[in-house]
Amino acid sequence: MSGMNRQGRPSSIETAVNDIEFSATHETFTGNRGLRLEEPLIYELDNPGACGVDLDEPDAFEPRLGGFERKGAIGLASLSEPDVMRHFVRLSRKNYSIDAGLYPLGSCTMKHNPRLNEKMARLPGFADVHPLQPQQTVEGAIELMAQLSHWLMELTGMQAVAMSPKAGAHGELCGMMAIRAALEARGEGASRTRVLVPESAHGTNPATAALIGYKVDEIPVKSNGRVDTEAFKAKLGPDVAAIMLTNPNTCGLFESDIIEIAAAVHEAGGYFYCDGANFNAIVGRVRPGDLGVDAMHINLHKTFSTPHGGGGPGAGPVVLSAALAPFAPRPYLVQTEEGARLIETAEASAADGTTPFGRMTAFHGQMGMYVRAFAYMLSHGSNGLRQVAEDAVLNANYVLASLRDELSAPFEGPCMHEALFDDRFLKGTGVETLDFAKAMIDEGYHPMTMYFPLVVHGAMLIEPTETESKQTLDQFIATLRDLARAAKANDISRFTGAPHYAPRHRLDETGAARNPVLRWQPTVPLKVAE
Amino acid sequence: MRYLPLTDNDRRDMLGVIGATLPGVTSVDDLFRDVPKAARLEALVDLPRRKGELDVERHLSALAAKNVAADSVPFFVGGGAYRHHVPATVDHLIQRSEFLTSYTPYQPEITQGTLQYLFEFQTMVAQLTGMEVANASMYDGSTGCGEAVLMAHRVTKRRKAILSGTLHPQYREAVENLSGFAGDKVVSLPSALPGKTEDIISLIDDATSCVVVQCPSFFGELIDMRVIADAAHAKGALLIAVFTEVMSLGLITPPGEMGADIVVGEGQSLGNPLNFGGPYVGLFATRQKYVRQMPGRLCGETVDAAGKRGYVLTLSTREQHIRREKATSNICTNSGLCCLAFTIHLALLGEEGFRRLARINHAHAVQLAGLLGAVPGVEILNGSFFNEFTLRLPKPSAGVVDALVGKNVLGGIPVSRLIPGHADAENLLLVASTEINTDQDCETFAAALAEVL
Repeated sequence: MSGMNRQGRPSSIETAVNDIEFSATHETFTGNRGLRLEEPLIYELDNPGACGVDLDEPDAFEPRLGGFERKGAIGLASLSEPDVMRHFVRLSRKNYSIDAGLYPLGSCTMKHNPRLNEKMARLPGFADVHPLQPQQTVEGAIELMAQLSHWLMELTGMQAVAMSPKAGAHGELCGMMAIRAALEARGEGASRTRVLVPESAHGTNPATAALIGYKVDEIPVKSNGRVDTEAFKAKLGPDVAAIMLTNPNTCGLFESDIIEIAAAVHEAGGYFYCDGANFNAIVGRVRPGDLGVDAMHINLHKTFSTPHGGGGPGAGPVVLSAALAPFAPRPYLVQTEEGARLIETAEASAADGTTPFGRMTAFHGQMGMYVRAFAYMLSHGSNGLRQVAEDAVLNANYVLASLRDELSAPFEGPCMHEALFDDRFLKGTGVETLDFAKAMIDEGYHPMTMYFPLVVHGAMLIEPTETESKQTLDQFIATLRDLARAAKANDISRFTGAPHYAPRHRLDETGAARNPVLRWQPTVPLKVAE
Repeated sequence: MRYLPLTDNDRRDMLGVIGATLPGVTSVDDLFRDVPKAARLEALVDLPRRKGELDVERHLSALAAKNVAADSVPFFVGGGAYRHHVPATVDHLIQRSEFLTSYTPYQPEITQGTLQYLFEFQTMVAQLTGMEVANASMYDGSTGCGEAVLMAHRVTKRRKAILSGTLHPQYREAVENLSGFAGDKVVSLPSALPGKTEDIISLIDDATSCVVVQCPSFFGELIDMRVIADAAHAKGALLIAVFTEVMSLGLITPPGEMGADIVVGEGQSLGNPLNFGGPYVGLFATRQKYVRQMPGRLCGETVDAAGKRGYVLTLSTREQHIRREKATSNICTNSGLCCLAFTIHLALLGEEGFRRLARINHAHAVQLAGLLGAVPGVEILNGSFFNEFTLRLPKPSAGVVDALVGKNVLGGIPVSRLIPGHADAENLLLVASTEINTDQDCETFAAALAEVL
């Protein structure tokens, strides 16, 4: 009974066994199991005639729709407010979250999301202002962008920042566009067609380079988890536009040759794009500008604690070196005697003599995320942010040191903010990385990142972040050690059928892709609206 | 520091454990030993030290107080972002820990909450647009528009897009930028003022991948896209229909019924505040036959090992984390929480509430048009509109909007802000009205406008 919850220990082993047998076989009438509630689609809760808002029909008026009135029902479900509330509360309870437990997804930086940030983002002066209000009515918003920009430049040692990118991958795109614009300005836009990307890179890097027409050339990774610097140098040439490198890299290691790599790419006439996804490991301790980086996006939803929200929204400002600073997109900020101003149009840029390459998006970027990130930065300050990096690295190394004898670690030495393991310790057990991850779900943890980076077999990438306590990590470590021992002892049932205790068992992803069902469909034709 | 649980004792104990497996590690500095010496910062960066919660609130509240919140004045600004009333339930629900602090649903067994609302969201977007399938959102309308043009190129294997002058100028710029870098040709028509017809059809040729038309147009005019769709299809090109005000779909013919092949738009109006321009939520819908060419995440229905219905991210072989340089897009993050706000708001409205709210918007705009059109010297240019329309003033609108600020009215967008340097646009003012605007607001606006002209 070693797996039994201490607080819920039954009175005797005999009743416990009976209970478990009962719960394994007994189906409830509702499909619910106590607090574990089933929930239909909102369309299956449709209650025609109910409504979750009270709106009065407008007085009679002469429409001016030019004959484009919508005919027929849209097909939306009708529910009262309490029913809508219950539906979404029930759905929420099917989710794991950082507020509820350790969420050690490597490369994702699932750290505590302070509620102060949420409160600040909801101040009417930020949430209830329009991007196209006259600038003299949004001076505080523009000033916040300017202050945040200043912090980002100071923390990275860079000369400029493009604020508007909407997320990390959008920031990558922005940075690569700036590189192309700079190459075009010196007449080498057409001749430099190749971008070097390590095989360990995030998928967004090659996807971004390819999106704007670059040929992606993979650099091998050495047995110590770092870029093969000699192989990289051999690939340099007059057709290389840039290298895209993540640092700390996706193996959780600092690229120790990075200054040499930057110098070599500059020597060859190319630029250095740094994927800033892992900036959390070095914030306050290392400035990318001192490493020779020309452009780097910053995921505000990683390093600076804005919530991931089930997959967004993000924000991906891009810091730029002096060489790329003139090639930022519009809009951008300029300092005037009256304070910061936004330059929005090509005509305004022409007037002030700059050469922005264009516009990434409508409006000015992710203001709601800027406020949250800035609240977090102010809270930490220069000293707190340095402590963030130190504790994130300490926590990851503690996990690595505490597990490397029971699991298997592919690389030597200290790691940065994430601990990488491979699947050698599972060899011959019949358990694979996926099974191991699913068994973690039964133990109450969100699994780590699996099968990434691609350079390690059966990779398990664990990023605890700085907001986990030693107690939490100790329990996590003990759990993983127990699972590893169980796998080695051929206690297969804990793995192959896992998860047993989640709202769902393993889902058929192959079937979902083979026969895509991407929306609810009515079983009977919709009624035509009155 | 309140967000950091480790104590100095913890740190010392943990370093002891680490040092036992890693010779030479006795301090945190040693953990950073792979960083070249030249790049190690010894001192703190030159920024202020940590602040308590109260001080952070004071700092940020002071900045917020320098802005004129839409709620504090009669407010008529639109142009791609609209002020609507969001029910309290929405903001409560999206702040639940399980939604707010969850990641992308890569482990479907413990993220069915996110996956199910994404499936509901996709269904809602498909229904509103009159299309067959929708994805789980883009960053916003403008970036979605850029992705739609790239998708049209993948579908048709052609590399020339034609952008109507009906398109929001900043959407146009975002598309031109993305397509330009992607090596594609973009033909942009001059801005199509209400009442003037543009000849887009004669430009469509055998090299054209797509025609991009916005309805309601940037100027608020409703556009007959059917003839454009027919002309595009006759040449093997796609029609991309764009909207910036999703509320309009409660009242006007959906683009799916006007022959659109891809529909993209901004969903901010449902559930999401103005936020000075972001984060918003891009809506993206298309025909079933093009689904494998779509960018972005898709959620699909399936069953679990016990045969129970569940949801997963699907068709991920289109996506960057699987396909890398061969992906349909580099997009990774979407607008998850903004989708949720959209989905909850639309669930509260329901069929009748949504349609009624759209009628209220239109009624308010019709009423406002009547009041403003009666101001001497003001001409309403639109033949048709939903909740936004364009005025021609007797003098440059930029100065008028500034003068209205002096009268505590945020009276729309001078078109010259987005289309500078065009004499035709100099005197144009774009004005929006929603359910928020009271009779009193509208009368105040009309009176103030009369005064400043």
